[in-house]
Amino acid sequence: MSLIAVRAGRTGRFLWSAWAGLAGLSVFAAAWQLGHEAYGSFILPSPTETLSTMALLLADTQTWWLVGATAGRALMGFVVAATIGTLAGVLAGYHPAVMRLARPQITLILGVPPIAWIVLLMIWFGNGAGTVTATAAIACLPIVFVGAAEGIAGRDRGLDDMARAAGIDPVTRLIQIALRQMLHALFPALVMALGTAFKAAIMAELLANAGGVGEELAVARANLDVAAALAWILLSVTALISVEYGILQPMRSEFETWREAARPWGVKR
Amino acid sequence: MGSEAVNMLRLDHVGHAFLGRTVLDAIDLEVEAGELVALVGPSGSGKSTLAHIAAGLLEPRQGHVTRGYRGHAVIFQEPRLMPWATAGDNIAFGLRRHHFKRSVCRQKVLAVADRVALDARDLEKFPSQLSGGMRQRTAIARALVAEPDFVFFDEPFTALDVALKRRMQDIVIDTAAATGQSGLFITHDLSEAVRIAHRIVVMERHGRGIAGSRTVPLSPGMRDDRMVFETAQAFLIGDRLFAHVNDCDERSLA
Repeated sequence: MSLIAVRAGRTGRFLWSAWAGLAGLSVFAAAWQLGHEAYGSFILPSPTETLSTMALLLADTQTWWLVGATAGRALMGFVVAATIGTLAGVLAGYHPAVMRLARPQITLILGVPPIAWIVLLMIWFGNGAGTVTATAAIACLPIVFVGAAEGIAGRDRGLDDMARAAGIDPVTRLIQIALRQMLHALFPALVMALGTAFKAAIMAELLANAGGVGEELAVARANLDVAAALAWILLSVTALISVEYGILQPMRSEFETWREAARPWGVKR
Repeated sequence: MGSEAVNMLRLDHVGHAFLGRTVLDAIDLEVEAGELVALVGPSGSGKSTLAHIAAGLLEPRQGHVTRGYRGHAVIFQEPRLMPWATAGDNIAFGLRRHHFKRSVCRQKVLAVADRVALDARDLEKFPSQLSGGMRQRTAIARALVAEPDFVFFDEPFTALDVALKRRMQDIVIDTAAATGQSGLFITHDLSEAVRIAHRIVVMERHGRGIAGSRTVPLSPGMRDDRMVFETAQAFLIGDRLFAHVNDCDERSLA
């Protein structure tokens, strides 16, 4: 009974904290409005104009399909990168030698601009969903890898010893102690990787004419339709925010209740 | 005599080195059933390393460790609690390998928490919400919850204030007396050793073997403060064995 109450309280607090987020976004909208008033509708349509364009777009079911397609490709790439990156990161975190070998590769992957990957992938895979997904995956793989590896390498070895002294087997130790500690470095990396996946996916769609939000942006650019371009950008950002705050952040708060408890009152609310 | 049969822990010629630097050499030590042995030695003499080897956390470079007990627990210098788990779950972690039913676990956790004077309400809290003393008590409860027949104490009460330290020592004395538990208690505080141990073993400087051992008169629960103080003073002043115990040469040999 009290468990339900605690959970309801936490969900309520999470939803209530959206006000603070909205306040931040309002400041952004105000700056946008200022820009609009300075340069006029042709260069920068006002937030309300953009919102009404977005509402028009959303009335069309085709839009939902397009946003869904982009989000699906970005998420697919993200999931692939998160899986491979976490596995490789855990391995590297445990073995300093693997880490030393992997470091330069990470720098290498980070150093190649995403645009170069898109060109290569277009040649290899053609202008399809595969190229978009692969671009998203490659763009966020190093971020996840570094997050996981740092999380494991920076773990408290004292807890490992404690668990060994308590007679816990290695697999349970990995899951209960090491992975649990890794989460604290992994989650920020995942949040960043998710954003990167969306950005990379839209860019790949735009360059490869692979449909989705990216291609609509290309069309808006061709028509010099700034309001439509902004509306599409707003739509993709909304999709990103809903994935992050709908899936990733609730997952994080589920695992990190203790951090919430450790926070002083003034920071909590 | 048959004393071989009741050895709960036996170290034969144990030695260890870190990166080629010898930290322990030719250590022979025995702990009998129901005996609480305090291991004292100057700071940096390798006491903790020895405890970790005896508890199986480190592989010795030389020598053998023979364990005659069924299960052991280790209480570390720091609490080493999992920050993401409540105090209750941290204590229950000590029971994990036994695969008890949830209700049984809960019962055992509550019982041991009561013994170390932790409130049932405190069990719901995370380590970050507990005071330093409560954290260490949680760690002690985690070690005792599985009712091990041997406990390694690695200077567990160093960070506690005087009153709390006394209370923790009493818990150790009472538990050992009630359950017949044996243990190896690492400390650099001679009066602590005199208060709780049956026998005090003194390490040589720089871990070069065991200098010798002294049996403390009376049994642990029966000693009063005056007796503890006088015995410790007598050891320090009158007994050559303890002459180097309070030296503090933090790893002068490198």
